Amino acid sequence: MRTKTWLVGWTLAMAVLILAPGCGQGSKSKPYLIGGIFSITGPQSYLGEPERHSMEMVAEEINAKGGLNGHPLKLVIYDDEGDVTKARLDAEKLLQKDRALAIIGPSLTPTSMTVLEITQKAKVPLISCAAAASITSPAQERAWVFKTAQTDQMAVSRIYQYCQKQGIARVAILTMSTGFGVAGQEQLLSQAARYGIEVLAQEVFGEKDTDMSPQLTKIRGTAAQAVICWGTGPAPALVARNLKQLGLTLPLIQSHGAASKKFIELAGEGAEGVIMPAGKLAIYQQLPDSDPQKAVCQEYAEKYRARFKAPESSFGGYAYDAQRMLDQALEKAGRDQAKIREALEGTKNFAGVSGVFNMSPEDHNGLAAAAFVMVKIEKGQFTLID
Amino acid sequence: MPILAPLLQYFISGLTNGAIYALIALGFGIIFNTTTIINFAQGEFVMLGAMCAISIYHLAPSLPLAFLGGVIIVSLVGLAFERLALRPVVAASPLTLIIITVGAGVFLKGVAMLLWGKESYTLPPFSGEAPLHLGTATILPQNLWVLGLTLVLVLALEAFFRLTLMGKAMRACAYNLRAARLVGIAASRMVQLSFALSALLGAGAGILIAPLTLGVYDMGTMLGLKGFAAAIIGGLGSLLGGVLGGLLLGLAESFTSGLISSGYRDAVAFLLLLVVLFLRPRGLLGGRQ
Repeated sequence: MRTKTWLVGWTLAMAVLILAPGCGQGSKSKPYLIGGIFSITGPQSYLGEPERHSMEMVAEEINAKGGLNGHPLKLVIYDDEGDVTKARLDAEKLLQKDRALAIIGPSLTPTSMTVLEITQKAKVPLISCAAAASITSPAQERAWVFKTAQTDQMAVSRIYQYCQKQGIARVAILTMSTGFGVAGQEQLLSQAARYGIEVLAQEVFGEKDTDMSPQLTKIRGTAAQAVICWGTGPAPALVARNLKQLGLTLPLIQSHGAASKKFIELAGEGAEGVIMPAGKLAIYQQLPDSDPQKAVCQEYAEKYRARFKAPESSFGGYAYDAQRMLDQALEKAGRDQAKIREALEGTKNFAGVSGVFNMSPEDHNGLAAAAFVMVKIEKGQFTLID
Repeated sequence: MPILAPLLQYFISGLTNGAIYALIALGFGIIFNTTTIINFAQGEFVMLGAMCAISIYHLAPSLPLAFLGGVIIVSLVGLAFERLALRPVVAASPLTLIIITVGAGVFLKGVAMLLWGKESYTLPPFSGEAPLHLGTATILPQNLWVLGLTLVLVLALEAFFRLTLMGKAMRACAYNLRAARLVGIAASRMVQLSFALSALLGAGAGILIAPLTLGVYDMGTMLGLKGFAAAIIGGLGSLLGGVLGGLLLGLAESFTSGLISSGYRDAVAFLLLLVVLFLRPRGLLGGRQ
């Protein structure tokens, strides 16, 4: 008798334990699983860390409000460590093991190029946070790929426009030997003629180089009126320092890869007077209230600082915009990946941190050169100059 | 003359880097002299010196304190390394010991990554950033510090080896280890001392160069390899050889980078190394074999 009661009780308990989790899950509240691949560790961790944080911040907010149409967001984020092979493996994991609905990232151009091959084949929407124009073009071959970061093409246009306005017609370019730097070099060379700019010298430096004074000394010997440096990480900050140390008074124009507080910290006194294109987040307090991006930037900056106790960065902004755009698409399209893609493609007048997005079938970036403003570093702060 | 104008700049930059390579090369030479092994963790001593000085400076903004602190801490690390990693296996073959130093180098780099992360850090220059003008070239106060302190250290080292009893004992070990033992020189103490000295020189090099090149956890690898190349070029084990090799390497790098192409900068060290090994394996000044 006692054994039978015990057996019945035990079976009931097991049944409750097994069925209970299932009870809460009607098809109505099954979570939307979104994947993320970022360079969270590695030399580009200043990109991946804020990107991951921003994605998590948006998801937390959405879930606190009850999810999208009742569906909570579930994020699965992997670290590719800046390595192309790892990025590929992470993408495969997200698609096959986690069955992600869409993927945000990666942070870098070479990792993005490798991941998009896989996501295109699997027909899964990818929103990259990397710079190169070739990530979303040619448009016919990138139907499932979008990106939120401004392209290097736009950055170069903006810089050359500024040069034209300032009467600078002869420049020297100093680019990094990484994917970002090479892409920048290509754009700088190919767009120069259109703006009446003559490139008098093309120098290269490595990602880990610590002394660029030979290249700058060579540049000093030319008739260049300005130096344009294209790179990310600590090396461009060393270029700024070396320039000052050599006593060169030429204006230094950096790429948008230098638009971060870390650059100002590393370049020290060399940062003073450096000019670069930046997203509006860098100077949002100086924007007029009528600017549609001001409110978004302010909200992002304040929320990020409060949540993570660290300064906001435009790199994190790429992921912030990507996640919010994706949320909009998910609300419209639900689980259907083809519909999500269509919804993303139809994004119009979306005011993000990185710019105002207007996607179209031919343009999966949706930004124009106006997404950039020219800023100058004065007294250790970014100041809007154009 | 427009061609000559940048040459002075390349010369200054090359001399500065050369001095750093010289200090690292001396570190290799000293350990080689007393133990016949190459300490491939030497580059990491350089890195640790820089990083420790940076951390000390962040806690107490005093450059002399940071310099001394960094040098002392790394010397202790060098001693600990010798005692813990090498002394227990002193009877092993030189090849095994060399591999152990490689492993220790990787370990130290990993510890540095955990302690300081992968970011770069700055150390303020010792006496300001205002460049001094020398014709069309500029020289920074920090360059002068590097050259000056290197000279002081090398002279101090020379005085140590020639004039003090302990220095002479170390030289005796370098000439003939067995004979030195037979006359009562405690070889194990000499080995300890050589590690402390090498670590000291490495740390000094790291702290001197950090204001110019930033401190980061993986700066030691390339510096160590180039310092090793400099040591071989000049003649492993010879004091003057180490200095000569270092300066030569620094200048060759700088001129190649400036006159030919900056992409070849890192290749110069290894190219020179190969040339020397093919043509004159004992090094330019023929150190101990």
